[in-house]
Parts: sequence; structure tokens; C-alpha cells
Amino acid sequence: MARDSQTLLFKALADPTRRAIFENLCRDGEQTVAALTARARISQPAVSKHLVVLKQAGLVKDRPDGRHNHYSAEPAPLKSIIDWSGEMTRFWDARFVALEDLLKRMDQ
Amino acid sequence: MNSMSVDTLSVVVERDLPYPPEKIWRALTQPHLIEEWLMKGDFQPEMGHRFSLRADWGSVNCEVRAIEPGKALSYTWDTKDLRSIVTWTLFPSETGTRLRMEQTGFKPEQQPYYRGAHAGWPKFLDAMERVLRERN
Repeated sequence: MARDSQTLLFKALADPTRRAIFENLCRDGEQTVAALTARARISQPAVSKHLVVLKQAGLVKDRPDGRHNHYSAEPAPLKSIIDWSGEMTRFWDARFVALEDLLKRMDQ
Repeated sequence: MNSMSVDTLSVVVERDLPYPPEKIWRALTQPHLIEEWLMKGDFQPEMGHRFSLRADWGSVNCEVRAIEPGKALSYTWDTKDLRSIVTWTLFPSETGTRLRMEQTGFKPEQQPYYRGAHAGWPKFLDAMERVLRERN
């Protein structure tokens, strides 16, 4: 992922309210701004602003339907964040196997 | 979990090994043994000692941060795109030793955002990991 898009992603998720909105969309699927506002403790324009930031980061997409925009989550960009812990876990698992093998051979 | 894991990502790997802590300590601290299971490097069991570990995929810059012979060892683990700390802890058990490795850290570009966001991150990432797994 390019540095710029990574920065947008982290800026978008640095705000707890935006994380909560994003989490709602991930858990419960597509929703309108009105539905999201009903669950947030902020005004509808504030929710809309957060959605714009999430959309710029590629974390949310919208689908116009008459007078309403329906928003849904795009969690794929998050994979880059989650991936390092998965990668390191695999790395250390393999090292532990090698360590156990060495311990078996030591003092023989 | 120690207090660092509140605002960093961490990876924990733990195993029960049928050997006494002294033997495992040797494998963790003697360069010719480290080379056999981890990477090639010039480790010395001294506070502040800087060393690098090398493999065909690249190298890791390290500095010893804590050392308690037979019990605990901690060093920084910095690569091109990761700043982290690796901590080894050895707990004697009835059958030998429980060996625990914990790595905590950041990708450098992630750091300022994690710092600003505090405790919400690990919980959020756990939740997201579950969501992503369920979607796949």
C-alpha cells in the first residue's frame, strides 16, 4: 500500500468516533446516515463529516438510493494493519520449532 | 499482558519445553546457538549491547534492554519497517520450562496515530480481525 493511502487510513481510524461508526457498519452492514446518527451521540452533519473521511480512506463506500445515501464498510484496507501481527506470529512459531529442534540436539 | 500492550500491537508465543531454564537460557544467549534457531548475530548478554541479526531476507537491529540470567531477556527488534521490543521470559515448571516470547511494537508510520488513540486500538483490531475472518 502506498504511503499516502496508509496515512489516510490511520488518520481516519485515529478518531474513536469514526472507529465506532466503522465498526457499526462492519457488524451490521449497510446503513443510512440517519440510522448511524441514531446510534451515535453526535449530530447528523457530524456523522456525515466522519463518513467523508472514512470514504477518502477507502474504508466506506456509499450507494445513493433516492434521497438517501446508504453506507457500507470496506474492511479490506485494514488487512495491512492486522497483517504484521499475523506475519510475526508465523515467524516466531517457526523459530520456536527450530529452537525445540536445537534443544533436542544440545548435549547429545 | 503488561502495560505496553495497552497502546501497542503485540504478538505472544508460548511453549512448555521439557528442559530446565538454564539450558534454554544458553540457546537464547550464546551466538553459535542463536544462529542455529533464530538468526546469525553478535549477541552478548550485557545491558545496552547493540547487535544485529542477519538472515537471507534482511537484518534486524537490536539493543539489549533487560537481562536477568535464566529468567528474562529483552531486546529491541528494529527492521526497515518495524520498531519493536522482544521479551523472553522463562518460568520453571514441573516438567521443565514455560518459555514465553512477547513482541510489542509499531510500524513507524503507524506510531503517531496509535499514540493519539490510546487504549481503543487493540480492542478495535481484535474486533476487526474477527469481522474479516467471518467475511472470508
